Amino acid sequence: MTNRTLFASGLTLLLTLGTSGALAQGTVKIGVLHSLTGTMSISEITVANATQLAVAEINAAGGVMGKQVTVVKEDGASDWPTFANKVDKLLSQDKVAAVFGGWTSASRKAMLPVVEKQGGLLFYPVQFEGNECSKNIIYSGAQPNQQALPALDWALSKGYKNIFLLGSDYVYPRTANLVLKKHILAQKAAVAGEEYVALGGTEFSSVINKIKAAKPDVIINTLNGDSNVAFFKQYQAAGYTAASLPVISFSIAEQEAQAIGPQLLSGQYAAWNYFQSLPNASNAKFVKAYKAKYGASSVVTDPMIHGYVDVYLWKAAVEKAKSFDPTAVRRAISGVSLNTALGKVTVDPNGSLTQSVYIGQSGTGGQFKIVSSSKGVVAPQPYDALAFPGKTCTGM
Amino acid sequence: MNSLFLAGQLFTGLSVASILLLAALGLALSFGLMRVINMAHGEFLMLGGYLTYLSSTLVGPGYLWLAFPMAFIGTALLGMLLEATIIRRLYGRPLDTLLATWGVSLILQQAARQLFGSTGVPVVAPAWLSGAVTVHGGPFDSLTFPYVRLFVIGLAALVLLCMWLILSRTRFGLHVSAVNQNREVAASLGINTRRIDLLVFALGSGVAGVAGVGLALLAPVNPTIGASYIVNAFLVVVVGGVGSVLGGGVAALLVGFFTALAEGLTSVSLAAAIVLVAVIAFLQFRPKGLFSVKSRALEEG
Repeated sequence: MTNRTLFASGLTLLLTLGTSGALAQGTVKIGVLHSLTGTMSISEITVANATQLAVAEINAAGGVMGKQVTVVKEDGASDWPTFANKVDKLLSQDKVAAVFGGWTSASRKAMLPVVEKQGGLLFYPVQFEGNECSKNIIYSGAQPNQQALPALDWALSKGYKNIFLLGSDYVYPRTANLVLKKHILAQKAAVAGEEYVALGGTEFSSVINKIKAAKPDVIINTLNGDSNVAFFKQYQAAGYTAASLPVISFSIAEQEAQAIGPQLLSGQYAAWNYFQSLPNASNAKFVKAYKAKYGASSVVTDPMIHGYVDVYLWKAAVEKAKSFDPTAVRRAISGVSLNTALGKVTVDPNGSLTQSVYIGQSGTGGQFKIVSSSKGVVAPQPYDALAFPGKTCTGM
Repeated sequence: MNSLFLAGQLFTGLSVASILLLAALGLALSFGLMRVINMAHGEFLMLGGYLTYLSSTLVGPGYLWLAFPMAFIGTALLGMLLEATIIRRLYGRPLDTLLATWGVSLILQQAARQLFGSTGVPVVAPAWLSGAVTVHGGPFDSLTFPYVRLFVIGLAALVLLCMWLILSRTRFGLHVSAVNQNREVAASLGINTRRIDLLVFALGSGVAGVAGVGLALLAPVNPTIGASYIVNAFLVVVVGGVGSVLGGGVAALLVGFFTALAEGLTSVSLAAAIVLVAVIAFLQFRPKGLFSVKSRALEEG
């Protein structure tokens, strides 16, 4: 063989391999970053599951723009610096098109500077305290005006005027209560008391004594994690019932109800954008699919459905932008609207969701019966008008 | 603070003291007597809670009477296993014991997660413990003493009494003192020192299991609950004086009342910091704790 023939056949071989290689790259990577270990894992593992369920369904239906979605799953380990490290790895090394994850505000605030610096896109599925506006984060969980304030309005409508604020001691309860207090006073109601217990704290004897002295009509509860279990045990031991002193909580969903024990929680209230008992066809399909994949005894919560819907929102935005580039997707996602198990949700230009609000009452088996719904969807307000006047979020 | 609130806080102090004492008593034996730093102590408390849950699923209402012996025997057996396999090889090496028992605590936490899930299991106080003693009329009208808290206070006092009786009034207790005062002489007198070590650790673990039953009535039962007790348990043992069981009791009372006072005057989260600062200050003046014990003899307790 002459050198020229050799060179030509080599080049042909290389080109064939090269093009077939490009055709084989019919995949796109996304990152799923949640605490799979540590104290937050009880909440976050199921959100990661729901996110992966959405990916499986999308892949079965042909993927996104013809590409199959591959999940790169990382463990934040309930440690906020780890979240920052892992999101950096996902964006810079794995070059994922989007990251779905986080739970605590601490984890989100740790990831924020990294995501902004890398120009990535993070989908954050959990209710939080607002007061943040990054063009690199889609905040699908409830803003305070989509959970805390409707709950307050509902309590006031029931005639509860003397309100006791109880929470865990970190940014979310403190900021949420800051917002609530402004609105309570604006509505001419009263703050009976405000107490914070260390995150994970289990001793509520003094708190219950203070509650007794303050004689509130209702407790607005932003305790997180194990503290809720201890609080309800000791609240019941002190002789309180949902009839004598109702509690409306923002961090108790179907899963936490199982841990507390439905008997202890019976008759108490929670405020979310979603309950497993929502009677729409989309929800029935979702619950069935989740139980089929993860076990018949699974329960489904608001953060889980947000994690699931986030993937579909991203898909819709990618198809609208005809690109996986995070900046293009962020621009395109504005206005994307889907009919989901939550009802109809739309992505607002400020990067949060327009969604409905429901108040549920805990019953048998740890499920919630819906006792109040918002009239239609509620537009998200990242900066509360009374607590942070003058600040706006355009998301650009 | 009006008198009703103050009275309520006094009861809070007693209740918190009883919880601290239950959490610390088992440790007073293993750390106080044997100087074994058992970082898995919190997980023994957790195990007592899980065994309570199991007995409630097995027996239904009225499970408490099964829960106590089940928890005592279950955790005592686990303690014996731990002592025979790991601790016994590490006597005189406190840092190694700390590390090894820390590893055991992680294993036990993960085992709980695998067997029961990470969310935790519900334990509801039995019906006869629901309700409270309520004061009617007078300056303390509407003051309540929940039955569950009264039960836990009674349990703590009973366990303390039993431990003190065992250690000061029985032959076993005499042997324990002997081994702790002078191991070689005790051995030469025919006391099986290895058996004593095993039994003391088992007793400490069993007491932790029983404590876990009481704690499960007021606090959650989940894989990470042990971590919330371990620091306070060591705190009570050290403030009381390492080696003195009754010293632990007094320390629990002092810390309990001081915590309740601080929580009443300020806020709950601030009170936790105040109490720790006070304990640190106290230990500067009395580093050996309230009842400093020159030997590890218990009859002085």
